[in-house]
Amino acid sequence: MKDRIAITGMGIVSAIGMNAAENLKSLKDNKHGISKIEHIDTTLGDKILVGEIKKTNHELEDILGLPSLNNFSRSSMLGAIAAKEAIIDAGIITEGNTKIGFINSTTVGGMDMVERYYNDFLEKKEHQHYIEVHDAGSNTDLISEHLGINGFVTTISTACSSAANAIMLGARMIKSGRLDQVVVGGMDGLCKFTINGFNTLMILSDTYNQPFDENRKGLNLGEGAAYLVLESEESYQKRNKEPLAYLKGYANANDAFHQTASSEQGDGAYLAMKNAFKVANMKPEQIDYVNAHGTATPNNDLSEGRAMVNIFENKVPKFSSTKPFTGHTLAAAASVEAVFSVFALRENLVFPTLNFEQNMKEFDLTPQLELEEKEISAVLSNSFGFGGNCSSLIFVK
Amino acid sequence: MERCYINGVGCVSVQNTFEGNFLENPIDYSDTNIIYAVKPNYKDFIPPAAIRRMSAGVKNSVVASSIAMNDANVETLDGIITGTGMGCIQDSEKFLDKMIEFNEEYLTPTSFIQSTHNTVSGQIALKLKCNAYNFTYVNTGGSFPSALLDGVMQVKDEGKNNILIGGIDEIAEYTFKLYQAIGHIKKDGEVPFNIFENRSEGSIGAEGAVFFVLGNEKKENSYAEIIDTHIINNLKVDKVNDFIQDFLQNNDIKIEDVDTIILGNNGDINFDSYYDEAEKMFQSSEIIYYKHLFGEFMTAPSISLWVASNILKNQEIPSVLYKNNKKNSSNAIRTILIYNQYRGKDHSLILMKNV
Repeated sequence: MKDRIAITGMGIVSAIGMNAAENLKSLKDNKHGISKIEHIDTTLGDKILVGEIKKTNHELEDILGLPSLNNFSRSSMLGAIAAKEAIIDAGIITEGNTKIGFINSTTVGGMDMVERYYNDFLEKKEHQHYIEVHDAGSNTDLISEHLGINGFVTTISTACSSAANAIMLGARMIKSGRLDQVVVGGMDGLCKFTINGFNTLMILSDTYNQPFDENRKGLNLGEGAAYLVLESEESYQKRNKEPLAYLKGYANANDAFHQTASSEQGDGAYLAMKNAFKVANMKPEQIDYVNAHGTATPNNDLSEGRAMVNIFENKVPKFSSTKPFTGHTLAAAASVEAVFSVFALRENLVFPTLNFEQNMKEFDLTPQLELEEKEISAVLSNSFGFGGNCSSLIFVK
Repeated sequence: MERCYINGVGCVSVQNTFEGNFLENPIDYSDTNIIYAVKPNYKDFIPPAAIRRMSAGVKNSVVASSIAMNDANVETLDGIITGTGMGCIQDSEKFLDKMIEFNEEYLTPTSFIQSTHNTVSGQIALKLKCNAYNFTYVNTGGSFPSALLDGVMQVKDEGKNNILIGGIDEIAEYTFKLYQAIGHIKKDGEVPFNIFENRSEGSIGAEGAVFFVLGNEKKENSYAEIIDTHIINNLKVDKVNDFIQDFLQNNDIKIEDVDTIILGNNGDINFDSYYDEAEKMFQSSEIIYYKHLFGEFMTAPSISLWVASNILKNQEIPSVLYKNNKKNSSNAIRTILIYNQYRGKDHSLILMKNV
């Protein structure tokens, strides 16, 4: 059936686990990964909480078996670990594979290394090799090499919707027959540039993030990487691989309202969801669970809430934001949450929204508060980024 | 399967390309290794208050995309897709400089917001109040080819019309010094810079913003048809022949059917050998180049598409595009192949026909 794309593998690293199994266990155990920042020397350390992966860069290098002289930024190491897991999970061969692709996404790229040595680059030759990964694409290239992928490789960067867009492009590449298998997703490590940037926007919370709560104060930045392996029907049937789930709908729309804020009614979000349903040939009432973008910023949760009320015509299904577990992993968010959506389908679980205390006054919407066992056949996942970039994905069993 | 036409073009580059002339009076840059774009009159396109805040890349993109849309006579779009190698590097530098200098104090959001890679796509959408599909590719030499592939798929496979695609990169002083330090851009003083005679380490650094409107409707002033495009991330020099042959074969084209091949030679001694291999294959075609006029930047393939579009529309190849200025033929130009790679990676092919 060409109307849905199989997911045959997944990989993920986040503040709640270094692989898929660890992440699932944390979600089930209500174990979040939000804490004070340890591995970055920033003056903002006491003012924010983050979803930090408690591994130093050296430890990540060891996991990957990298030589001590390498060009991997923190983001790229997270990306390589998660992408490797996805490929092994899918059981695909990269060597000699001419119809495989890798569609990555990132906002940070090599910035965590560039910012570290920025002023010293011209004097200190020993760090100059990091200039090679100043541009986003070079980081993707390093990972492709590490994975042995030779084929269609590209990088998308559309802020917080990036990984959803990578997933979407992957699906279209398979539908058009250009690829049989494609690794899709995103990666972003924490760095001072991003922490300071978000701080100037005054949308960081000094406490645990509370999505859809009346008193929400803002987001907790997180770091992570996650990838899906998408595959054509012909390809997975030929090798007798059972898909984990399917991607049935997807859409990208633009809010066209303001560079960093969403329109009041969440027009872009509404359109993205509406068009995802169209692509899926599904009706909103068929959705059992929505994994919301839910960053806990005053602006996002209001406009996303309104958009959900509108698209579901007041009958909003069970929904939650999992960002209280992982923080907002920026470019990786949509793929981290895609993995969680597949968990929901396979485990028949609705994940809770931690830290919730009080309903927003604007509408009658209470997010899912407890982990719940329920038959889940279809999940809608939202990711909305700066530049009005809104993406929605629909996953089915 | 629809056909994909280029119905509008807009180009801001180091040459006078935005006023509608096609390389009539090319500027000689042989004594420059970092070339800045010729500035259009921004006030004709952007309110003065906004001009001050915008980086070169964003300003040039607003101009080039406006020109392309006017050229195509369209006001609404089904999609906005851009490619950029370094993104909004001027604003990144600003924010980073301040962050380091003031140890994370006194920072303001403007440079941070404007440094996000999808700023150009986002700004164009805002300006047009366009809610359509909006993507940004940031993949070194594959950035613009990815945007092009996406656009072509939208039109040919998915029935969309009026897709705006663009390639943008801007010069930022410190960043370019860094690239000189690691040999990506030629060091100062190695004059004259002649990409054919003096191959040496690095390329000439330049900038540009080049936009196209793709559509499924053939119009009277359509420039060209895009038949196909293909990207591969890695290729050994001895595999260039197979790479190109396979692509042509998949499109039922023989080597002798290719009237003109546009190659991306940039004078870098470490990587121009890829183009030497391609050149060997097309001895009976017109072989032309463009980076000796436009310099090199990660999204330079957008310039090659602009060049090809104009050639196919005008049915003439300016002599300045040939090595040694020597014009070779005045035959009809029906089929153009464009080949590019960036430092040995992100090899792209574009096949085009006249309309």
